[in-house]
Amino acid sequence: MSIRYFDHAATTKLDSEVLEKMMPYLTEEYGNASSIYKIGSSARCAVEDAREKIATAINAKVDEIYFTAGGSESDNTALRGVAYANREKGNHIITSKIEHPAILNTCRALEKEGFEVTYINVDSDGIVDLDELRSAIKDTTILISIMFANNEIGTIEPICEIGKIAREHNVYFHTDAVQAVGNLKIDVEELNIDLLSMSSHKFYGPKGVGALYVRRSVKFNSLIYGGHQERNKRAGTENVAGIVGMGAAIEKAYKNFDKTYTYLLKLREHYINEVEKKIPYIKINGHRKMRLPGNANISFKYIEGEALLLNLDLKDICASSGSACTSGSLDPSHVLLALGMSHEVAHGSLRITFGVDNTMEDVDYLVDSLCEIVNRLRNMSPIYEEFLNGKYSM
Amino acid sequence: MMYTKKVIDHYTNPRNVGEIKEASGIGQVGNPVCGDIMKMYLKIEDNVIVDVKFKTFGCGAAIATSSVSTELIKGKTVEDALRLTNKEVVDSLDGLPPIKLHCSVLAEEAIRSAISDYYQKNGMSKKDADKKCGVKDKSCEHCSN
Repeated sequence: MSIRYFDHAATTKLDSEVLEKMMPYLTEEYGNASSIYKIGSSARCAVEDAREKIATAINAKVDEIYFTAGGSESDNTALRGVAYANREKGNHIITSKIEHPAILNTCRALEKEGFEVTYINVDSDGIVDLDELRSAIKDTTILISIMFANNEIGTIEPICEIGKIAREHNVYFHTDAVQAVGNLKIDVEELNIDLLSMSSHKFYGPKGVGALYVRRSVKFNSLIYGGHQERNKRAGTENVAGIVGMGAAIEKAYKNFDKTYTYLLKLREHYINEVEKKIPYIKINGHRKMRLPGNANISFKYIEGEALLLNLDLKDICASSGSACTSGSLDPSHVLLALGMSHEVAHGSLRITFGVDNTMEDVDYLVDSLCEIVNRLRNMSPIYEEFLNGKYSM
Repeated sequence: MMYTKKVIDHYTNPRNVGEIKEASGIGQVGNPVCGDIMKMYLKIEDNVIVDVKFKTFGCGAAIATSSVSTELIKGKTVEDALRLTNKEVVDSLDGLPPIKLHCSVLAEEAIRSAISDYYQKNGMSKKDADKKCGVKDKSCEHCSN
């Protein structure tokens, strides 16, 4: 039996047409893009062609796109690069409590270096509190970094409003758009975005390559010293095949955008409706409307997420959870806790993220499997027993 | 994270799941905040554990340690069951990932708590029974809730 993959927020399968476009650069066209001879200049052309595709996808200019090794490097460069280059202006950064660890841990590192960071609260749907954001801005604020859409609960942040606020206060605005690129339409001009992080493997491109968009007027420092690559902002011989793959993948994602968006939405709504109909005592996490088309995050009360994932894996279903056991710590997901959710309910969360290869039949298989597994785990759960006896509720 | 074949076997087909009506002793340890609760039911006749059942809210390792612990103490005397250590629980599963070791501690504590309850049902004071069974005030070292 083949696997049923519902973890597209973790990574996606490399598109076969994308791989085909990458292949020459993994074989015959192996030249260094900085070299002068033919296989060097053909590699250069391929890199610049990909840069143009990425710039077009988000309405940026080609010289505003910098290739990186992925989303985490893009986030690190955006935060640290801007912080170090604008230190004379101020040392204050604003972000949210539900950012990806690539942002939160970079902010914590900057705090140790003398920067001040404000972590804005979110409401129970995961939407950033705009009033709190506005009042957090002060003379020393140099950067606001708020994610475009959350990786766990799928909530889309009010990016347009945040862009306006940042512009009004003359503060740079960075957005971690790793989950959004390919899934949502993005126009950096319209949205007043100054820096934007993206990662190729989230939209059916290869792993190990990403990009950072930086508006021409933004001052930022390079984090990797070396050669002149990426206009002296990111040294290192270009990952030509990866960059070509990223370009091909983003082009395809936006070429098929409307079709994919509608399809993912259909799968997601079918899943949520079926779960609501067939499984009692659940909680749907994240904003019901303002969310990524393929994301559904549901807590199944009185059971624990890792046990759920292991049982799904036995049925060849791949998914993700925000339980402590899967977060690698003793606490459940910081995102779910920031929504005001109790530890107990957060432990039972299941994140399903659909992709273009999923079918309606896959969704039905998933729901049937969940009905059986949730029922079995509840029947062995002492807190479910207490709940049925009226002694416990969550 | 990698689980051993035995852990996978136990969370796939957990042994002795359920409750015992009119149990000789019941022990519950853990905390829903931490994500692990184990409840152990013992039926004791002539000082021997003749039946044992469990219910667990928790991860795969929590289910597996509960399940294997019931196998390890079934048929044993109460005194022998009290000698069960979390290391034996871990060894009988061919090991647990380091972050999951607390699950094996919880299994050992659930048994101690159930045996203490058995002693208390037979007239011993809670203080003496807990002391005899090595029951700690706080079952979970990671949280104070």
